[in-house]
Amino acid sequence: MSIDDSRPPCASVCAFALEHPGIVVAAFLLGLIAIAALAAPLIAPQNPFDLASFDVLDANLPPRWLAGNDPRFLLGTDSQGRDLLSAILYGTRISLTVGILAVTIQAAIGIPLGLIAGYVGGSVDSLISRIADVQLSLSTLILAIITLALVRAGLGGETLGRLAVPLLVLVIGLAEWPYFARTARAATFGESAKDHVRAARALGVSDGAIVRQHILPNILSPLIVVATTQVAGAIMAEAALSFLGLGLPVTQPSLGTLIRSGYDLIFAGVWWVTVLPGLTLVGILVAVNLLGDVLRDALDPRLTPR
Amino acid sequence: MQALGAPLGFVVKRAAQAILVMLAIAVIAFAVKGALGDPLREIVGEAVPEIERAELRHKLGLDAPWPTQLARYLGHAAQGDLGQSYIYKRPTLEVVLAKFPASFELVLAASLMVLLISLPAGIYCAVKPQSLGARLILGLSVLGISVPVFLTGIILISVFSVWLGWLPAFGRGETIRIGFWESGLLSLDGLKHLILPAITLSSIMLPLFIRLVRGAMLDQLGADYVRTARAKGASRLRVWLHHALRNALLPLVALGGLQIGNMLAFTLLTETVFQWPGMGFLFLEAVTRADVPLITTYLVAVGFLFVVTNTIADVVNLRLDPRITLEGQR
Repeated sequence: MSIDDSRPPCASVCAFALEHPGIVVAAFLLGLIAIAALAAPLIAPQNPFDLASFDVLDANLPPRWLAGNDPRFLLGTDSQGRDLLSAILYGTRISLTVGILAVTIQAAIGIPLGLIAGYVGGSVDSLISRIADVQLSLSTLILAIITLALVRAGLGGETLGRLAVPLLVLVIGLAEWPYFARTARAATFGESAKDHVRAARALGVSDGAIVRQHILPNILSPLIVVATTQVAGAIMAEAALSFLGLGLPVTQPSLGTLIRSGYDLIFAGVWWVTVLPGLTLVGILVAVNLLGDVLRDALDPRLTPR
Repeated sequence: MQALGAPLGFVVKRAAQAILVMLAIAVIAFAVKGALGDPLREIVGEAVPEIERAELRHKLGLDAPWPTQLARYLGHAAQGDLGQSYIYKRPTLEVVLAKFPASFELVLAASLMVLLISLPAGIYCAVKPQSLGARLILGLSVLGISVPVFLTGIILISVFSVWLGWLPAFGRGETIRIGFWESGLLSLDGLKHLILPAITLSSIMLPLFIRLVRGAMLDQLGADYVRTARAKGASRLRVWLHHALRNALLPLVALGGLQIGNMLAFTLLTETVFQWPGMGFLFLEAVTRADVPLITTYLVAVGFLFVVTNTIADVVNLRLDPRITLEGQR
């Protein structure tokens, strides 16, 4: 690139981090979470999906720092004797997978529709915007609850458990594309009026190529902000559905399933089975939301308070 | 916006839309019923031979073409007959409506808390954006958005019920019956049971509404008329509350209206955590036990609530927007 930046890239990153201390916390948390999720099979002491690897006799053991613990289980065990640390590591992996895949679907539907609406305009635009409005006024969570509840009532809990991951990804993915579409549409409007796009059009570049090469690369930053908040939303939706028993089964627990399975135990004083996965979930969501906030402030100067 | 013409025309148009949506929901409910439930199984059980079944199916009109069956379903639905519940052996509408007061009182209590806290907090964050308090509120709201509603409920139960033993964790407690309405608001026990679920439900909406109020107020405070009012010598408080807040309410009602569906979902989650005997809790019970008529009735009831609240939000918006009212007076 011919752009001459006299400061080394590291310095600008450091300056940015100093200006937005939130990003340091977010980056640190996200790094930890990403490592935990990616390396779960390597670092987990036990495979929580393998029923043979744990023993009911080890059920409900407290974490290492409480009396009555078993040194084999750092964070204690759940009601089936499963090592909670392993379950949380794998659960994080599943929660993140569902969240990221669902947002990929949202983006794959929403961004093209938004680009078309913003670039073509006119009646195409008003049709797409209208559908997006209607879709948004129906809440994702209630739609997802009803859809999965109907699947469960029709096919039974076991089938639902087997199909849980693709179903969750589809339901959460299909419901929230309007957020991407709206952002892409608004940004495309602004970008289409710029000189480089008009120049490309005057030179006879095809519409498809203009959108792909001249508009899309320039509207990525608001889309990245949307993607961040959407990932947090999708992870939370998955946890809520699993908590209701409409998501992943106990044999293949996500964080929401773990919280659900430990919920009955809090009255017996066995709080860790619910609270520890819960804290993990909150940690993930705080980190992703913080990142989204910092990115939004950094990329959209209008929103910073005066 | 031009389509809004006169308020009467607007209301008629909105009502027609609402009826259309309800019709669509009823058709969906009919389809769900057809796909999931075999009414014969419920009436005669599994043991009856196929010939007898066919006979009975004919007698009940279940072998009629689906448009005929749909017409019959819609006809019955219009008269309030949505079928019998498998579990409760009573008309499903009766079962669902009996649970409505519980859900309504929970939502009412939570909404009041959201309003009473988010308005002052949001205004404060908008007028004093650099103050420590505003930063604290916004920081806490990031945290609040990040705690799922069911987890808030579980944490509150662990602390206030299990650990401290101050408040009950489950159910509605003592209720007092007024006509068909079973109220938990009139007894001390009922109110005590309401506290934790109401805090839980409001906790998830609160951060969002604080941000909405703040955003709407910030938009208004930057406007020229606010500067003019200040220059004319109007006091700060008067400008904030009389000028800016009034105009901020408009986008607030519109954006708040979009949250109705979410509120339904969050209510369902809260009811599950606290075993609050409301409509959402009933729905999950119906799902677990495959009570198809009850499931479809819940869908119709929730669709109806959704349509009604959305229409109300639109009409309120109409009342708040002086531009629309002026046109109506002409």
